[in-house]
Order: sequence, then C-alpha cells, then structure tokens
Amino acid sequence: MAYVPLADQDHEQELHHPHSWVEKYVWSQDHKVIAIQYGGTAVLVGLVALVLSLLMRMQLGFPETFDLIDPNAYYQSVTMHGMIMVVYMLTALLLGGFGNYMIPLMIGARDMVFPFLNMLSFWFYLLSVLILLASFFVGGGPTGAGWTLYPPQTSMAGTPGHDMGIVLMLVSLAVFIVAFTMGGLNYVTTILQYRTRGMTLMRLPLTVWGIFVATVLGLFAFPALLVSAIMMMFDTLLGTSFFMPAIIESGTPMDYEGGSPILFQHLFWFFGHPEVYIVALPAFGLVSDVLSTHARKNIFGYRMMVWAIIAIGGLSFIVWAHHMYVSGMNPYFGFFFATTTLIIAVPTALKVYNWVLTLWEGDIRLNAPMYFAIGFIFTFIHGGLTGLFLGNVVIDLPLSDTYFVVAHFHMVMGVSPVLVIFAAIYHWFPKVSGRMYHEGLAKAHFWITFLGTYAIYLPMHYLGFLGVPRRYYAIGETDFIPASAQTLNESITIAALIVGAAQLIFIFNILWSLRNGAKADPNPWGSASLEWQTPDTPPVHGNWGDKLPTVYRWAYDYSVPGAKSDFIPQNMAEEDVEMEDSAAKGV
Amino acid sequence: MSETAAIQGTPEGVEGLVEDWASDKQTYNVPWGKAMMWIFLVSDTFIFTCFLTGYLNVRLTTTEPWPLQTEIFALTLFGQSIPLVLIAIMTFILITSSGSMALAVNFGYRRDKQKTFWLMVITAVLGASFVGMQAFEWTKLIVDEGIRPWGNPYGAAQFGSVFFMVTGFHGLHVTGGVIYLLIVANKVRKGHYEKKGYEIVEIAGLYWHFVDLVWVFIFAFFYLL
Repeated sequence: MAYVPLADQDHEQELHHPHSWVEKYVWSQDHKVIAIQYGGTAVLVGLVALVLSLLMRMQLGFPETFDLIDPNAYYQSVTMHGMIMVVYMLTALLLGGFGNYMIPLMIGARDMVFPFLNMLSFWFYLLSVLILLASFFVGGGPTGAGWTLYPPQTSMAGTPGHDMGIVLMLVSLAVFIVAFTMGGLNYVTTILQYRTRGMTLMRLPLTVWGIFVATVLGLFAFPALLVSAIMMMFDTLLGTSFFMPAIIESGTPMDYEGGSPILFQHLFWFFGHPEVYIVALPAFGLVSDVLSTHARKNIFGYRMMVWAIIAIGGLSFIVWAHHMYVSGMNPYFGFFFATTTLIIAVPTALKVYNWVLTLWEGDIRLNAPMYFAIGFIFTFIHGGLTGLFLGNVVIDLPLSDTYFVVAHFHMVMGVSPVLVIFAAIYHWFPKVSGRMYHEGLAKAHFWITFLGTYAIYLPMHYLGFLGVPRRYYAIGETDFIPASAQTLNESITIAALIVGAAQLIFIFNILWSLRNGAKADPNPWGSASLEWQTPDTPPVHGNWGDKLPTVYRWAYDYSVPGAKSDFIPQNMAEEDVEMEDSAAKGV
Repeated sequence: MSETAAIQGTPEGVEGLVEDWASDKQTYNVPWGKAMMWIFLVSDTFIFTCFLTGYLNVRLTTTEPWPLQTEIFALTLFGQSIPLVLIAIMTFILITSSGSMALAVNFGYRRDKQKTFWLMVITAVLGASFVGMQAFEWTKLIVDEGIRPWGNPYGAAQFGSVFFMVTGFHGLHVTGGVIYLLIVANKVRKGHYEKKGYEIVEIAGLYWHFVDLVWVFIFAFFYLL
C-alpha cells in the first residue's frame, strides 16, 4: 500500500470489488461479510459446546441413567466444552465477529487496512475449527485432559485421547493463533492508523477501546500458548521431556525424565489469564455502548472507563499465577499474585460503578438489548465478588477445584460475556440485517436465560462450600457430602436443559427475522455513534459512499441540554445542531 | 474538550502525550504496513521470549548434567579441534547480512532500483548460506554425534530438545525472510515501487533485523551460557 497521508484521501484504499456471488459471499474481503462468517461459525461451534455441557449435566444430575455417557465421554465433554467456549466461541465471536463488523464502521473507515489478510484470518479460523472437530472422529476421540491440558496427564494412557486427540487439539490451537494474529494485527493497525477526520482516540466508542486493548492482549498472550502447544507436541510426538518428569504409568516407568509440569502451567496461564480479559474487555465495551444508548445518557466517566480498560489490560499480565496456588509453586509467589489480583478489582469495580451511574436518572428504554445489558451488570457483579474470594490464597486453598470455582468463572466469564453478546446481537441486528427482530421472543429469551443462569450457578456455590469437587464423573458415596447435594444437582441439570432449549428461541428469532422482520429504521435506537449514520442500511461495500464522514464530537451526546433531539450524531457539526428556541445556540 | 486543547496549544506533560497520540487519522506517521510489522515483531518477541524462558527452566529442572557446548559445537579444521568456530562464522554472516539490508533500505529511499535490488539479493544469499550452514551443523550433530531431540550421549536429553526446537524455529524465520526478501527484490527490479514508494523495502528490513537480533540472543543463550 502506498503511503499517502490520510488527511487528503477519500478513496485511496484500493478496495477489492467482488465480481461474482462467490467472491462476494465466500472469498469475501469485505469486513462485514467476514464478520458474519466469523460470527456464524463461532455460534455453530458454540452450539456444539452447549450440547456437550448438557451431556455433562445429564450425567451429573442423573448418574447411571444414560449409557451414552461413560467416564471417558464425560471428560472429553468437559475438555471440549471448555476449550470451544473460551477460544473458538467467545474469542472468535467477540474479536472476529464484532471486531470485524464494528471497527471500520465505528471509526469511519472503509474496511480493514489489509482486507486480504483479514479474509485469510477467517479461513484459518475455519480450518482450526475443522481440525478441532475432526478429533471427535479419530481413534480414541478428542482429548479429555481438561481445557487446561495440564501435563503429565495429557499424555498418559489413562486419559482419553492421549494419542491423536491431544495432537489434533494442539495443531488446531496453533492454527487458531495464526488466524488470530492475522486478524489482530489488522484490528490494531486499523484502529491506530485508519480513523476518519476528527475521530481522535478519545472520541472512540468504548466498544472500539475494548476490542483494541483485548486484541493487543491477544497478540502478546497467544504466543505463550503457541510455545506451550509446540513444546507439548514435541513431548507427545518426538518423546522429548519439556513438561514430563520421570513418571510411572501402570507400573512401568515412562520414557521421560527431567521435564517441568509447572512450566506448562506458567506458560498456559500467562496466556490463560489475559485470555479472560480478551473475552471480557470487548464485552465491557459493547455493554457500555448499549447501556448509554438505551438509557439516553452519556456514559458516565468516559475517560475513566478508557483508562480502566487500559489498566485492566496491563494488570492482566501479572496475575496469572493466581490460578496456581495449589500447584506446588513457591508460596511467596502466592503473596505477590494475590496482591496484584486484588488490585485489578479496583479498575473493574470502577467500571461497574460507572455503568450503574450511567443508568442513574436516565431515560431508560427497556428494549431487549437493555434487558440483557442490565442482566449483565447483575451476573458480572456476582461473578466478580466471588473472584475476590478466590484471589486470596487462604480462601482459595479449600475452595480450589470445587464447584465454587465452576460457579465463579461461569458467572464472570461465561454467562456475563454471553449476555453481552446477546445484547449486542439484538442491538445491532437492525443495522446488520436491515430488519427488526421480534421483541417479545427476545424478552422471553432474556428471562429464561437470565433466571436460568441463577438457577444453574447459584446452587453451585453451595456445592462448592460443601466441598463437592469439580470434574468428577460421579461423586458416589462420601462421608462429607450430604445426599441432598444430589437433589441440587438434579435441579441444576433441569435448569440447564431448559436454558439450553431456550437458546433455540434466539436462533429462531434471528433466522425468522432475517426474512420476516419489520423493515428497520436506519437508526432505530437513536444512537449517536458513527456506525448508525451510514448512508445505506445494511451498509454496503465501502461503507460510506463517496465521502468519508467527519467526526465533530464523542459518541455519547445523548440528552444534551438545549438540543431539540435527544441525541446528536458524531458526524453532526456544531452549527447544524438544532437547539430549542429558549436555549441560546452553542452555549 | 480535545478541541479546545488543540486551539489553546498542546497541554504539557502526560496529558500532552495523550493528546498527541489521540490525534485523529493516524497515531504514528508511518505507512500501515510498517505499523503492522512493528506490532507483529513485538508479538513475535513474546514467542521467542517464551521459548528462551522455557529453555532456561528445563535446564534447571533436568536431573542430568548439561552437555559441554564447547565440545559439542567444536569443529575440526586443519587437524585441530576449534570450539564454536562454525557458529562464529554463521553469526558473522548473519550480522553482515543486516548491514547489506540497511544499505538496501538506504538505496531504496534514494530510488536507486539497481543497487537496491542487488543488495537485497546479497542479503538473501547471505541468509540462505546461514540456513545452509545450520543444516550442516544439524547434520553433524545428528549423524556424527548422535544427538536427538529425545536424548543424546552427552547428558541431559533436554539439550537436544530445546536446541533443535529453538534453532529450528529461528531457521524457519530466516527461511521465510529469504523468500520474503526475494519476492520484494523481484518487485523492486520490475519497478513496482517506483510510484508507490520504497517503504516496503524498509518493512522487509525491519523483519530481517529482528531475525538477526533474535539470533544474537539464541547464540548467547545456547552456545555461550
């Protein structure tokens, strides 16, 4: 790409213009089509993971009822559910899906800076998903080592999928990281270098900020996963001993010596903890925009919100070992990592306060996206508070590897981002498709999902306090777990099945509305940010017609005192703003 | 707020820094490709850092003694065993190639098509000879001295594991760089960049210098430490 100062360009980027249906919808270089390809694939693979979780719940709620689920299948479900949801669903949907769709539209660009690379990113992602799914069909099945893939158990005969399954998982992760790097470099460069006139960094919607910092985290955190995947692949295929100590398997010593299993945990969590924020930060951004729009109020403390995102991103790299308090590392490390972990609660709490203060005295419109956004505040506060428990070493020790941990991370990084994703899909659906979704079905979907979430995860906290261990196929008879725990397990399973089925309402709503929804207004929510001001709905290739927009203000001019309309779009100049007669212009 | 600041002049201190960075259109006054290459290189730095951290860690955890590098990496020349001689030559070649690359970038900006092309070809040839000597070194280690990724006669098995993994990963980077340089050089020869400008030569150069810099660390950590 030639270097022409952007100041005087309007159509300098050589857009790839599609000539056929295949080029337009399959090998597309348009960021919007790529976003939908990414999002659709992520939702499909997420449904697979959802079904796996329901299989697990059926086994736990009604043990010895289903022949289909033997211990191996259970552990494989645990592993694949976790890995798919965290990496292939949430990361891909939030960054590949929303990142691709929102970034160019929100910053006033025509596309990503390198559309071809962006297209490659999707196809590599699809390849990684296919490799992962292929592991269901190889001998031994997918790996059952848990989504953290801790050695030495990954490679030992007792673990299902210790031969082909784990290899396919590692290859798939490596391909995913290549895909993410190609996409991520594009997102970061686009946000830094391709903003339109007047779109300063401090005028970006928080969605873009969240995606930006999350992508930077991804570019620095995924290398650790890539390295650990390569080293584990060597251990599995070549018989090296990076992570494998001298160990005895079924009475015979294995051919390993001198490796360090803790090294893997350090590398894995150096990726794994930033990964939590790779998922959370885009969700923070999206929910901020949804809340502000539907509360008809500017986001409270915009600058603070931006700095909080940056601070959380920075801190997320120095907290990783709080996942390893019981791993046998030096206990003094625990002190350091507990401190940094609790410090990260400060910017996070700040964001929560600001969301609540954005709602305070707002002109709240209870549309479906707003339901989900407010629901997110609830689940995030609950999941976040249990994080404070687990961040402390002394409280973590007894709670480690119990259902308390399961409840914590499902509330904070499972359900919370998913509620935001629903909010965001409903919120932007009119812009993406040009049609409205069905409001009643969306609200039904919300209530079942939101109440079901609590029916599922609240009891798990109690199970955790009782000491019910996680990742057990069946608990059986113990001295310390009362029989009533099983009753809770049954109710959790029933709630999970209902919530799982309720997601079909969502799928139906989206598919039905694509054809039959009412024609949407170009800006149905009266939103001020740039993506709603496109000349066409849905936006066409190139996004902005002849001329790139000029931005005069931040993305949150709602209910500006004296203005006639209750929002002022970002691309409206000061002199074009209609003021009420009584108010003096421009004051 | 930022508008008033712009009118009254840039504020001082940290706030001024933020205002500078936050200006519209472009944060850095560089082409897109160059910004992207820099970000990629930072990401790649994390990969090599993780590799080297892993290497130091297994060197500590392994129960066997670490093999003596001076013996393993010695080469017999003129009837005498000289330690580290091959690797010294390899390092010299790679660093020289950084010099020729820097000259290529310079002549690119002077729009001297011929010299840019030939200097890039020289850089690529030096890079290819580095990879060739690495292949020779690997052959010697594997065939003559019996060092394998899973074990070797001199001590800790991890020596072979990390050595082949990390130098192999670096070798792949160099190989990729040689191909990249040749593609760009060919386009330079054809006059592709006469209109677009020669930034791409500098971008390729950034990658090349990075690969050389990484080699310095690998050299120090594997051969000297």
